[in-house]
Amino acid sequence: MTSYIAEVHITPRAGLLDPEGKAVQSALRSLEFDEVEDVRVGRLITVRMSADSESGARASAVDMCRRLLANPVTEDFEIVLRNDG
Amino acid sequence: MRAAIVTFPGSNCDYDCAKAVTDVLGQEACYVWHREETVGDCDIVILPGGFSYGDYLRAGAIARFSPIMKDVLRFADEGGVVLGICNGFQVLCEAGALPGALVRNRSLQFQGERVRMRVENTSTIFTSEYTPGQILHLHIAHGQGNYVADDATISELEASGRVIFRYVDADGNPTDAGNANGSMNNIAGIINERGNVLGLMPHPERSIEELLGSTDGLPLFTSLVSHLTTAGHA
Repeated sequence: MTSYIAEVHITPRAGLLDPEGKAVQSALRSLEFDEVEDVRVGRLITVRMSADSESGARASAVDMCRRLLANPVTEDFEIVLRNDG
Repeated sequence: MRAAIVTFPGSNCDYDCAKAVTDVLGQEACYVWHREETVGDCDIVILPGGFSYGDYLRAGAIARFSPIMKDVLRFADEGGVVLGICNGFQVLCEAGALPGALVRNRSLQFQGERVRMRVENTSTIFTSEYTPGQILHLHIAHGQGNYVADDATISELEASGRVIFRYVDADGNPTDAGNANGSMNNIAGIINERGNVLGLMPHPERSIEELLGSTDGLPLFTSLVSHLTTAGHA
């Protein structure tokens, strides 16, 4: 068994209004970051786990996202997997 | 009528619901701890407001996996009456008993205030004692009450009369200015297809006595008592 760390990036689903992102965007604008075009605010969840293989670790991380970590109605997720140590 | 009121860690409106059922309606209520595996012998299950599990992850996301929820969903599947108020509504959406989701308020703030909402459909067991189009003054107390769903779901809810309550302005219209939290189509409460599961963000149990400033929440409870009495459960 190998130890993996799955970084789960959860963001508001594309097309859905993200009031928090809009508030941050307007704050960046007020700091004169005129180059800012869009801001989305999400969450980062790190999960350490052991698995037989990288594909096994990824499959269980996807399952965790579908069942609990992300809400399929409102959120998209992306998993970045790396070996732990 | 015997109501089972589910208490999750962080529920804070369970006593208000019990008081509504017992002191005001003169019916029976019992508390069911979230680790129980059955709702027991009851006619209605109420999922009360609060902040189950501190709203960690998403409001209602963790409570929906509490042991009791399996039996709540079984009860609903068998046609049992389920009422989800505020956090209870969030739990029902997370559990898939109602469509859509409740996300952060447009204001980005927790809002504790009195709002106006209109009764959109009185042909339900929850609203039969309201008059069509009646404007209610009820309180909201939430940070994540902004109702969202995909376009197909919204169309389906609208077409089938399943939007039961809608936030409105002082003139009784569902305008943007009258939208308390940014909800799609000003939606404040919806019902499932079968008509036995209702979720709403405002708190009817906080508006059941003149002392509380409004009795606009009372007909929701008396509608249920009438229904269950007719059905032989009283």
